[in-house]
Parts: sequence; structure tokens; C-alpha cells
Amino acid sequence: MKPQIIKLTSKNMLNRFNLKAWLLLLPALSFLIAFTHWPTLKSIWRSFTWARSDVAPSQFVGLENYQLLLEDPVFLKVIENNFWYAIGTVPTSIALAIIMALWVNSKISGTSLLRLAFFTPTILPMITVANIWLFFYSPQIGLFNQLLALVGIEGPNWLGDPDTALSSLMVMTIWKEAGFFMIFYLAALQTLSPELYAAAKLEGASAWRIFRKITFPLLMPTTLFVLINAILNAFKLVDHLFILTKGGPNNESNLLLYYIYETAFSFLDSYYAATLTVVMLATLAVIALAQMLLLDRKIHYR
Amino acid sequence: MKILSKYLTTVGVASILGLSTAATAATDLTMYYPVAVGGSLTKIVDGMVDQFEAQNPDINVNAIYAGNYNDARVKALAALQSGSPAQLSVMFSIDIHELRNLEAIVAFDDVVSTNEEREWLNSFYPALMENGNADGKTWGVPFQRSTIVMYYNKDMFRAAGLDPEMPPTTWEEFISMGQKLTQKDGSGTVQQWGAMIPSTGYPYWMFGALTKQNSEVLMNQAGTETYFDKPGVVEALEYWQDLGNKHAMMPKGMIEWGTLRQNFLDEKTAIMWHSTGNLTTVKNKASFDFGVAKLPGNKELGSPTGGGNFYIFKDSTDEEKKAALKFVKFMTSAEQAAHWSKSTGYMGVGPSAYETETLKTYLKAFPPAAVARDQLTHATAELSTHEAGRVRKFLDDAIQAALTGQSSAEDALTDAQKQAERILRRYK
Repeated sequence: MKPQIIKLTSKNMLNRFNLKAWLLLLPALSFLIAFTHWPTLKSIWRSFTWARSDVAPSQFVGLENYQLLLEDPVFLKVIENNFWYAIGTVPTSIALAIIMALWVNSKISGTSLLRLAFFTPTILPMITVANIWLFFYSPQIGLFNQLLALVGIEGPNWLGDPDTALSSLMVMTIWKEAGFFMIFYLAALQTLSPELYAAAKLEGASAWRIFRKITFPLLMPTTLFVLINAILNAFKLVDHLFILTKGGPNNESNLLLYYIYETAFSFLDSYYAATLTVVMLATLAVIALAQMLLLDRKIHYR
Repeated sequence: MKILSKYLTTVGVASILGLSTAATAATDLTMYYPVAVGGSLTKIVDGMVDQFEAQNPDINVNAIYAGNYNDARVKALAALQSGSPAQLSVMFSIDIHELRNLEAIVAFDDVVSTNEEREWLNSFYPALMENGNADGKTWGVPFQRSTIVMYYNKDMFRAAGLDPEMPPTTWEEFISMGQKLTQKDGSGTVQQWGAMIPSTGYPYWMFGALTKQNSEVLMNQAGTETYFDKPGVVEALEYWQDLGNKHAMMPKGMIEWGTLRQNFLDEKTAIMWHSTGNLTTVKNKASFDFGVAKLPGNKELGSPTGGGNFYIFKDSTDEEKKAALKFVKFMTSAEQAAHWSKSTGYMGVGPSAYETETLKTYLKAFPPAAVARDQLTHATAELSTHEAGRVRKFLDDAIQAALTGQSSAEDALTDAQKQAERILRRYK
């Protein structure tokens, strides 16, 4: 049989590959456009419009909604809260995740049981966890205050006191998240070459020195991945607020996404909710970009 | 999925059989309903729906439990916008102004046609209609309705040397008895509180009781004005603050709505103010002798009504509206209302419910179940305005700011009033 001859012009190749690639991409892309890109664009457009109610025709109002943001004390409060919430939860859960991963990666007996224990909080749905912790935190009947009472301390009203409400949410979040991040670190640890450690031992390096000079640097790509996820989660995960505090007392534990929910579904103001959403999207985009650009160059071990 | 396939089957069958089925086809109704107090309320609703369907084979009711009041509204409105709407729903009685602004609901006056139906519309307790009426028409028919009542632990009353049949009836008695009921251990830690009034979840609702007891209301009937900064209202909030700060008979700061019932059942507090919707659960779970009483008063007795009403949606055929009306009539009929009241603690919505054998026997055996109804003569409407969600939050935030000591009662309420006025200006 004579081989068929195809003229390999560059244009021809390009079209063939492109068509196939686009066809392969189509299913994922159509979902991405329908459920991510299109709603994003619609939200951005909506943030420049306003109407009396959802049944009235909307009109273009320019930056008016954004001006309202700056005059809205609750908005400023949730931004401040979200900042502290991220600072409070992200580094601690990452540090805990590394410690737990190192622990369950060591060759002691019972590690699989430990792994399971650390991972359990991750498997439980956030709403379930929050319902349990609501009773943990309860001032009179709660676990924490009953334990404190044993040693003669009168525990605070964890979720009801403006000074402790947000921190109480943070503690629960760390408990929930650290186990999840541990899994990534555990996977990374198991790919590290044992020769490096053998060499370090030969040199008589201390455990801390080995961690600082070998393990931690080699884990940097994982840390970047976990860091991005942890920060995104600090903005995205608000399920527990519905159960624990509803943002109270007096917005002391309110977070941006919960405020967006309240605005859209309790105040029925989809225009202002869209404006808040755009702020959130912009913040997340800037954070992700900054991390990629600034950190990506410095994380690879050379 | 189940709803969808049911819907598709109905559509499919209808289109195959063509027009001839129109006369005999069953009417399908979809209804969302909320549960705010926990317990097995969904089973009770399902049982009532089954009974209705057995009596009316030509009507199918698909009753969907939709979470708390807020969730139920969100889901019903989302269904409305998606084009496969519900025909009726139980939603917060105070959503009336917003549902009207969205042009989502019809007035019952425009659906009833016979004299018997008009009479039915007038058969409910007037206090329960306050949140259902606007512009001279009835938009919401009472179903799972409550007032706030005072649950108290009779054993603790006895232990403190108080008469268990004489719970506090005035603000002063509430303080003096509350102090006697507060017990501390050797180190000064409180082991048992005199009373708890929840300040999360629905703080504006509890506050509505205190303001009414001080002969004030929080808003006008049209929902276009609020009176948060009136001296009598400020005084009511100061009284609430003082219970914890000055009289030390209630914990300072926030008291969680969701765990309060457990606090009462675990005997951490001698008195709690809570919805009557908790009554049956408390009755089943309390390991001690408890009583239920009207809330104490200052210038007068008072409690807001609360809870959910039936609404019929505009976007439905005349046939569906008729079927929906039939269903609402069934659910609020004397027998059903009596059964519902007995199973939950919510009140019978009209006098006829209390004339049924079911409730007569029940009340004889368990008199506390009548307190919510008896309190209706002192009841006022629950806070309900245009943009209710936002206005409610202004007041909630003010109450929480005052109770946690972040600002004075007067400053917090003045601020809330200003913000509410800014929002409501557009609706006058």
C-alpha cells in the first residue's frame, strides 16, 4: 500500500492540532464558562447597576455601589476581620500540618492510627463540626468551660464575647484544616530521597539541622500550594458562621463571604452583593498572583 | 432529583395523553416550609400532607423542608426565578412586605370565592393576623405561630423558697426572684443562673417583648417607620442590660439561642424565655418539674407573635391557586390545627382549634399548653418592615452592641434608628 502523503505545511498542522485540542477542552471549558466566567462577568456588570427590587428594571449607576462600600461600617469591619482571620489561621495550620506530617511519617508503631486521627476532622462536614463545637463553646454546659471549671477557672463566654468570638472561630478552623494540609505534606515527605538523610547522618547533623537544611527546603513547593489554598480557604470557608455566631456579636466575627450571603439572601440586595463579590474576587486574584510571581522563583531548591 | 423526575413524568404523561386529560389530571402543588426550633417537626408535616392527599386524590402536595425561615424564603424565591416555582409556601410571617415588593404573592382575599371561605379567612385570632395584613388585605394565613413564653424550673423555685405556682409577673419580681434563684459555689462561680433571655438568633424578637411590656412598639403597621430610639424603647434595652450587669441574675454578654434549651434542660438556668415551639420537646425531655407562664410585664404584659404563615404565589394557574387554598384550609382547620399544636407546642391558630376534643383533653392534662394562647390578648406584631432583613440586622447589632458593653443602649439604638430611617425613606 502506498503511504498517503500529507502536505505538512505549518498552517495545516496548526489547524488539525487546534481543532482536536479544542474538542478535547470543550466539555471542561463549557462548564467553566457557564459556571465561573459568565457569572463573574455578570457580577462585575451588576456591581455597576441598581434597581429598587429584583422585579424592577435596573439602571447603570457607575461607581455608586463602590462608594457605598466605603461608607459601610460593616464592610470595613468584615475586611478587618478577614485579615485577622487569615493571619490567625493560615500560619498556624501550616505549622501544625508539618509537625503532624513529620510525626506520622516517622517509623514508630501505630502511625496509621495517628494518621486517621489527624485526618478525621477533614472528613467531617463543616456544618456537623460547627454544631458539635457550638456545644463545646457553650458557656454553662460546654466541654471547654467544664474542663476549666475542674481546675477552678471560670471560662469565658467564647462565642458571645466580642473579644473571643473571632479567635474561637479561628481555633476551630485550625483544628479542621490542619489535618487536610497534613496529607499534602505527608505525600511530599514520602517522595524525598533517603540518600540525603543518610548523607546528613554520616555528617552527624542534628535533627533540627536536617529539618532546616533538607526537609523544609525540599517541601517548599508543597508549602506554596498549601499556602495558596489556606489563604483562599480563609476567604471561602464560612459554613461554620451560620451555626456558631451568624457573624455576631455585633459583627465581631463577621467575614466577607458571610456578609455577601447576608446581603444577597437576607437583605435581598443582589446589586450590593455583586459589588462585594467583585471586591472579594479582586482580593483573591491579587493574593494568588502575588504568591505565584514572588514566591515561585524562590522555592526551588538549588 | 426526585422532584425533577416527578415533574418530568407529569409533563410527559400529560403531553402523551393530550388535552383530554386536562379535566381529570391531578393538580401538583409544591410547597416549601421551614423549621426553626428542631425536633421531629418534618414528620408531623409529612403526616398531615399524607392525610390531605388521601382525602383529595386529585391534588398532589410536594412538601419540601427548606431549613430555617431564611433558607425557606431563599429557596422559594430561587424556585420562583428559575421558572419552576412553588405554588405556596410557609415562610416567615414578617416577610410580607418584601414578598409584596417582589410581587411574588397574591392576597387571600383575591383567591377566596365562597362565603364559607370568607368566613374561614376571618376565623383566626386577630393578633395572629397583624403580621399577615397589609393595605386592607390578608396576604399570610397563620400556621406555625408562636409567642415567647417563660419556662421555669419548679424544683428550683421550691429549693429557693419561692412558690412554684407564682412565677414573676412584673419586671421587679423578675429581678428579685431571679436573684434568689442564682446560686454560686464556694469560689463565687455561678452554678445556676436565675434567668436567660437569648440574644443571638432572633434578638429583635426577644426585644419586641421587652418593648411591648414597656408599652412601646418597634414599627408601624405599614412597615415604613421604626421607633428604635424612643425613650421607652431605650429603657427596655437598659433593663435587659441590667439583668446581667447590675442584678447579676443572668450571664453577661450573649446568650446563644441554639443551646439555650439544653441549658434549661441541664438545669443551668431556672428560667428561660423561648418560643412556645419548644414546648413539646421540653415536656418530653425535662427530668424535673417545670412550669410555663406569660412573660412578666412592666407597664403592661406583652410578647410579640412569631413564626410562619402560608403564602400563595402569584405565578400559578387559577386551578393551582384553588388547590392551594384547599390545602391551606385543611392545614388550618380546627382538627389539624389542634393536632399540630399538640405535637409541637405552636398554638392553635383559631378559637375553634381549642374547642376540639384533641386540645380540650390535652389542655386538661397539660395546662402549660394554653399559655401561648392566653398571652395573645397581650400580643403585638413581630418586627416587620420593608427591607426587613436589613432593618432587623440594624436592631440586632444594636442590641448585641449594648449587651456586650460596646456601646450604651441609647447610642446603639439611636444609631440603628438613623440607619433604618435611611433605608425606609424610599418606601414612604
